[in-house]
Amino acid sequence: MDVSTLTIKDIKKLLESGEITAESLAGFYLERIKAQNTDLNAFIEIADDVIAQAKAIDVKRAAGEDVGVLGGVPIGIKNNILVQGWEVTSSAQILEGHIGAYDATVIQRLKDAGAILVGRTNMDDAAMGSSTETSHYGPTKNPWDKTKVPGGSSGGSAAAVAAGLVPVALGSDTGGSVRQPASLCGLTGLKPTYGRVSRYGLIAMASSFDQIGPIAHTVEDAALVLSVIEGKDPKDGTSVELPNTTIAELVDTDIKGMKIGLPKEYFIDGIDPEIKKSVMEAVEEFKKAGAEIHEISLPHAEYALAAYYIIMPAEASSNLGRMDGLRFGYHSGGENLLETYSRTRGEGFGPEVQRRIMLGSYTLSAGYYDAYYRKALQVRTLIKQDFDEALKAVDVILTPTSPTVAWSLGEKMDDPLAMYLADIFTISANLATVPAMSIPCGFTKDLPIGLQLIGRPFGEYDLFKMGAYYQSVTDWHEKSPE
Amino acid sequence: MALSKEEVLHIARLSRLRIEEEDIAEYQEKLSTILDYVAKLQTLDTTGVAELQHAAEISNVFRADEVEGCDEDVRTRSIENFSNREGDLLKVQAVFENRTE
Repeated sequence: MDVSTLTIKDIKKLLESGEITAESLAGFYLERIKAQNTDLNAFIEIADDVIAQAKAIDVKRAAGEDVGVLGGVPIGIKNNILVQGWEVTSSAQILEGHIGAYDATVIQRLKDAGAILVGRTNMDDAAMGSSTETSHYGPTKNPWDKTKVPGGSSGGSAAAVAAGLVPVALGSDTGGSVRQPASLCGLTGLKPTYGRVSRYGLIAMASSFDQIGPIAHTVEDAALVLSVIEGKDPKDGTSVELPNTTIAELVDTDIKGMKIGLPKEYFIDGIDPEIKKSVMEAVEEFKKAGAEIHEISLPHAEYALAAYYIIMPAEASSNLGRMDGLRFGYHSGGENLLETYSRTRGEGFGPEVQRRIMLGSYTLSAGYYDAYYRKALQVRTLIKQDFDEALKAVDVILTPTSPTVAWSLGEKMDDPLAMYLADIFTISANLATVPAMSIPCGFTKDLPIGLQLIGRPFGEYDLFKMGAYYQSVTDWHEKSPE
Repeated sequence: MALSKEEVLHIARLSRLRIEEEDIAEYQEKLSTILDYVAKLQTLDTTGVAELQHAAEISNVFRADEVEGCDEDVRTRSIENFSNREGDLLKVQAVFENRTE
């Protein structure tokens, strides 16, 4: 059976009708992984109990018990989300050998919902990168063209879904790390509103930006997974009580009268004209269905990347302080404690991670705090105000997800700033804490193009509605590599 | 703005990172490029603008200060992650040097 293009919805139908068992389904996916993963490097490790997990679901279903909304659905997990008993390393040498002592809240919720945890997916070193090339385990390749990057940092999750190794995977998004790889791999990827999904058990990079989100084939699938993982968690003080947690069932596609804003700052020269063309064709589709299109302005957009590259490294330098070689992971002993710290960290962190830690230490250090960090927090307020203001006049904001399609492996590795610019359209949503989703909207040079929908805080429903409508009238999301 | 060699070494020390002599020039160059880029914020007047301190618009999340204990499996696994231990205790080098025993 070819499982490569199955959605969660398809899988649920097959399992519920008894056409296939969870065990044989898992077997098909494992076969695909075996055949393709060596080349793609999407998964770093496959759980040894995949078949056992699936069998347990079959037994439950046979006994007439509730198997959960994801009962028997295989899922890939980004290598920075803790699963008890799995080695979880953020694809960083410094966490080599670190075994998850407990389940992240999202993992607990997936297990309760009957999902089959297949394995851990590759990512950039400590989630720092936009191409999955900085991983300690080597780069992941884009299934659409194996000479290209899959995007990052959740590139392993995106490549795994695009190649049909799993129907869905979790990623984490600090500045675009779910949406940008989803875009470069032709998938649907959601960064929820900050606070919607618990960060407990996610290895922290920049705590005021990080959110876990799904990468899937369809909007409907992404909504379903969100409904499982979202909601307040006493273990994450920044997670919030949600007014409605059953949005997956609510997705309808009537978008008549919805107001869509096109920010003029995002449709500038410098983006690939083919991308602009595809995105504008999508806008026409929305118009046909009765949506209103408005030009809007996000006046501080040009400062977003600079503010992000002050605040994110500052938070990361603080968060990564815990990686000291003593309590977990890599250890390199020195003459004294200070030397042990410095050796462990100097050897264990990759070059990009070291750069960001140093940037953060610098902008937080005495004499520079006001000029850099404080200033960036003020600019973050201005950026958030831009979004608040714009989203009073329109329901959603529509932009390209990435200024380019997937680029060649190695192309941007020596130029950190060029790599940072890959996130120029995605980071603002993290700064403003609003939800954003990328969906596929075309191809150029046989590589997928994505568009981004940005909504009001906790307005994921509007994004799903728009995205589900678009996927009901187009078939970009049904295309698959090969 | 270009970072001096001394500044790079100072930041590395603050960051508890041992960096090699031959890598310093590259850090100077790459960190300076990024700092030059982020300096564009200085052109923006932010007088009187509040800092965005909390990403979630909530503050003061309290809970009772009660010992809840820990699942035995979680406790054991946490301890097994230690690089060096004595029994169940994390063993580290002395924090203060030059102690007279």
